[in-house]
Amino acid sequence: MENLLSIVTFIPTLAALILALFLRGDDAPAQQNAKWLALIATGTAFLLSLFILSGFDPNDTGFQFVEEAEWILGLKYKMGVDGISVLFVMLTTFLMPLVILACWDVTHRVKDYMIAFLVLETMMLGVFMALDLVLFYLFFEAGLIPMFLIIGIWGGKERIYAAFKFFLYTFLGSVLMLVAMIGMYHDAGTTDIPALLNHQFSSGTVSVMGFEVIGGLQMLLWIAFFASFAVKLPMWPVHTWLPDAHVQAPTAGSVVLAAILLKMGGYGFLRFSLPMFPVASDLLAPLIFWLSATAIVYTSLVALVQEDMKKLIAYSSVAHMGYVTMGIFAANQQGIDGAIFQMLSHGFISGALFLCVGVIYDRMHTRQIDAYGGLVNRMPAYALVFMFFTLANVGLPGTSGFVGEFLTLMGVFQANTWVALFATSGVILSAAYALWLYRRVMMGDLIKEALRSITDMTGRERLIFAPLVAMTLLLGVCPWLATDLIGPSVGHLIAEYHAALPVTESATQIAASH
Amino acid sequence: METIILFAPLLGAVIAGFGWRMIGETGAIWLSTGLLFLVALLSWIVFLGFDGETRQTELFRYIQSGALDTSWAIRLDRLTAIMLVVVTTVSSLVHLYSVGYMAGDANFRDGESYRPRFFAYLSFFTFAMLMLVTSDNLVQMFFGWEGVGVASYLLIGFYFRKPSANAAAIKAFIVNRVGDFGFALGIFGLFLMVDSINFDDVFAAGPVLAETQLQFLWREWNAANLLAFLLFVGAMGKSAQFFLHTWLPDAMEGPTPVSALIHAATMVTAGVFLVCRMSPLLEFAPEAKAIIVWIGAITAFFAATVALVQNDIKRVIAYSTCSQLGYMFVAAGVGVYSAAMFHLFTHAFFKAMLFLGAGAVIHGMHHEQDMRHYGGLRHRMPRTFWAMLIGTLAITGVGIPLTTIGFAGFLSKDAIIESAWGAHSPAGDFAFWALVIAAFMTSFYSWRLMFLTFFGAPRGDRHTHEHAHESPAVMVIPLAGLALGAVFAGMIWFKPFFGTHEEVNAFYGVPEHHAEATHGHGADDHTEATTGAGDHAEGWMPGQGAVFTHPENHVLEAAHRAPKWVKLSPAVMMLLGLGLAWLFYIRAPGLPGRLARAQPRAYRFLLNKWYVDEIYDAAFVRPAMAGGRLLWRRGDGTIIDGALNGIAMGVIPFLTRLAGRAQSGYIFTYAFAMVIGVVVLISWMMIGGGAE
Repeated sequence: MENLLSIVTFIPTLAALILALFLRGDDAPAQQNAKWLALIATGTAFLLSLFILSGFDPNDTGFQFVEEAEWILGLKYKMGVDGISVLFVMLTTFLMPLVILACWDVTHRVKDYMIAFLVLETMMLGVFMALDLVLFYLFFEAGLIPMFLIIGIWGGKERIYAAFKFFLYTFLGSVLMLVAMIGMYHDAGTTDIPALLNHQFSSGTVSVMGFEVIGGLQMLLWIAFFASFAVKLPMWPVHTWLPDAHVQAPTAGSVVLAAILLKMGGYGFLRFSLPMFPVASDLLAPLIFWLSATAIVYTSLVALVQEDMKKLIAYSSVAHMGYVTMGIFAANQQGIDGAIFQMLSHGFISGALFLCVGVIYDRMHTRQIDAYGGLVNRMPAYALVFMFFTLANVGLPGTSGFVGEFLTLMGVFQANTWVALFATSGVILSAAYALWLYRRVMMGDLIKEALRSITDMTGRERLIFAPLVAMTLLLGVCPWLATDLIGPSVGHLIAEYHAALPVTESATQIAASH
Repeated sequence: METIILFAPLLGAVIAGFGWRMIGETGAIWLSTGLLFLVALLSWIVFLGFDGETRQTELFRYIQSGALDTSWAIRLDRLTAIMLVVVTTVSSLVHLYSVGYMAGDANFRDGESYRPRFFAYLSFFTFAMLMLVTSDNLVQMFFGWEGVGVASYLLIGFYFRKPSANAAAIKAFIVNRVGDFGFALGIFGLFLMVDSINFDDVFAAGPVLAETQLQFLWREWNAANLLAFLLFVGAMGKSAQFFLHTWLPDAMEGPTPVSALIHAATMVTAGVFLVCRMSPLLEFAPEAKAIIVWIGAITAFFAATVALVQNDIKRVIAYSTCSQLGYMFVAAGVGVYSAAMFHLFTHAFFKAMLFLGAGAVIHGMHHEQDMRHYGGLRHRMPRTFWAMLIGTLAITGVGIPLTTIGFAGFLSKDAIIESAWGAHSPAGDFAFWALVIAAFMTSFYSWRLMFLTFFGAPRGDRHTHEHAHESPAVMVIPLAGLALGAVFAGMIWFKPFFGTHEEVNAFYGVPEHHAEATHGHGADDHTEATTGAGDHAEGWMPGQGAVFTHPENHVLEAAHRAPKWVKLSPAVMMLLGLGLAWLFYIRAPGLPGRLARAQPRAYRFLLNKWYVDEIYDAAFVRPAMAGGRLLWRRGDGTIIDGALNGIAMGVIPFLTRLAGRAQSGYIFTYAFAMVIGVVVLISWMMIGGGAE
């Protein structure tokens, strides 16, 4: 199949179009049809994406399955995957059918809801595959719209506030990125990402409005991209949109947001910031380290005192993304392998945790931790699943959560031991907030009258969790399944990165990494 | 065979945990117990037939990233063999015991199936512990390390309706995580220095690390010392050493079989195992070793003082465990790893036995745990009494001084005290005196427990005493099994653990030439010391054999040459403790109360465990919560959101107006317009730019 990437990417949109154009009415059968079509489309996309995985050659560090075509207005359509992006594509296609299953009980404007998720999937896949700057930007920004709608239409009471906070935050970041992209085109004369990866942006000091900017153009571009990716990921201190967005988003929206959308930021750092602006990355790595370490300690402490389950998990997400950014800018094999692994693993684990909250939210319609207690008495299967993902979130060895934390910390230790020290303290705090949450919700005797008749998970809910449990365990025990695919491309990235640094600096870097 | 030993408990756990509905509760229980007995049998075969040659079996790959290359693997050497026997023997007996102990638990309602879950946890714990002791690299060890932590968490909180049990479970996990924090940093540091965390590479790097500086935090440190210390922090957490000991007494909230298996015999000794396992690194880290000795000695002393006044029977034994672990660390810290392993080995038997005996008492007394409500129980529970008596004789170290005839604890504890004396270092001297005094206290609190429980007149609820009963056979048989170990383990294995250098080396599979190089001391020794690390590699290699002792480490011989008064002192202390306990609790039972009233401050200080929990609560827990609240309300709320709102001040009124009449359709339109605008902008710029 020549256009495999495009086929996988646009199958969901095709299904969305069919829904939009041909499905009439909002009665139960029509809703049923919409859900089934969405499930089939996302399922097909997943099955087809398996061909990408099986056809992918991990030892080839270039882009594979590349498609190129002329597009409107002289713009180019170019897609491809390498070791850094291929697993994000798989993560997306793997999770989307589960997300569709997770919104099976929705009754409000089902058709539109399905369309939103289907379009969202296309946009997310596009982000990870796009090999042209403009194309990337379109996917990156357009992905905001369905997410914005999912929160704004199907969200909770404060959904408008949350949706706008989310939109403004990410949008302001994007404007800067847009300017930077124009600058890149101006400098390099192309929007082709592989070409840009080989282009050397100047790093000589320049003067901007009287300020001497060390690192020159690279520095300016880096900062602009940083504004966008840092918000997306999110990094401290531009993270405050995330807890609000999560709290207001419907369960399925939270899952996509935490599991996939956040990863676009991390992917952006790996695709643009690190390889294209190595000098600036090297200069600003300490900044990233400290922001990351602060994020881990700060948001873990904040998570400790949350009263809303979703907020707690949202803050925990921010802390976990701290490991990612830190690992990326450690710029060594363990750090970046770990960062990618952490993003994949967080996709399964945080997604599952939001689903866990969804299970009891669907029954009790509250996310307040106080409202629960002693659920283990009536929900043993749920207790097991929730315990499993709580421990995975805490980074228990044997689950995928451990590998990412371990590798990123190992990577950072080689770069800066202070940062490693603070970041490692996150393993203590994460245990504290996660287990305490579990205790308050699940343990103890079941006293609250309202909970007396709560029921355990349904077959559908079990079906959603089963693949997530399987992946978390599989990657936890056999992490090489992922790192074998990631490793060579990351190795190539690191080699190029160090080669691009000024000689003395790269020499010390290499010396330090040995 | 090792593979079967490793995975049979996992199989048992999975079947008991998930398959019990198919094979029935009883089926699940006996299946997991049966598998454990099989595993214990195989372990003894491995242990007795082991030739000392290190064997490595790679199972499959684990974490691989760049230079980091780790696998799931089994490393079988003498240390592993010892631990296999300890873990599987105690575990199988505890499984059997639990069949009786967990039947009809009052903490659960009728019809609730809690027993398969309990056995699944026990078997899972055993699996994780075996992963820990058979690991061939630090990351697999960390897997086992955290795995046993989780099992411990689940089992402490097994009575999930009890708030105190839930709190204790979380505390155990978090305090252990503090230790793991150090352990993890140690692993990262080792990887940075050695480019590998596989044991063979790490061991071989010992001499180099001793002469390398590592930049860590604000200054440069000697790499060997720093890394050994960081790993030891992990051991402190797991083995409940002073500063990180607070979780262990609280862990007694779990069912008593759990206390016997996890919090006495096996998991808590993982720290000692780690230190012995890392002996090739430790031997090049003299300062870290000194710290280990200090911490071990302080713990042994501190925990013994607290045990003197506790009233809960399990807490007395818990502090006793804490104290005995301190003994083991002292032995490891002065460089006699073999003595540490000896005490670990014997302690597992007699301490598990004391716990199971205490469990039988609690079971027979309808879950009464306060010793003040016991008394005279030897008539009602004669077999339990005899078992506890053997355990007490073992822990207090009863034996014939200056010979090798005595209960297990007599031989192994004296070995440690002599080793501490033999170290001839400031830390060693301190440890010697601390341990001798602790031996006195050990004897006192152990006999106090015996006298309060089994002697004198019945106290407390008369009804309970009338219904006090002996336990069923499934609970008494394990006691008998452990009694064998408590009596004979010391005498049978004295020579391999604490005999001459040759005997010990042969036991641990240390090559002959190494033994010769070590044996020659005096003038030769100095020349060898000055020739440096390069020449060392000619004669011996760190990592050959299960433990490594530096050629200049002569503590073992010095311990053997200890003067008579040193060798006699523990026995004297034991008798003094026994005498005082007899005086206090048999001869004049009013005396302890009068003493407590005369010294109220000292009494409260000990009763409240030196106020360590209170200090930690004030220093860490409260500030963390307050900090979290502050960062959330002020940091996220006022500062970050405030600043951003300030920036977006122009947008906010617009937003509010918009939100006021918000309909989904509007949102869509606005959102779409914004993005379309951007798209148009970028297209225009692109084309314009391209034309330039």
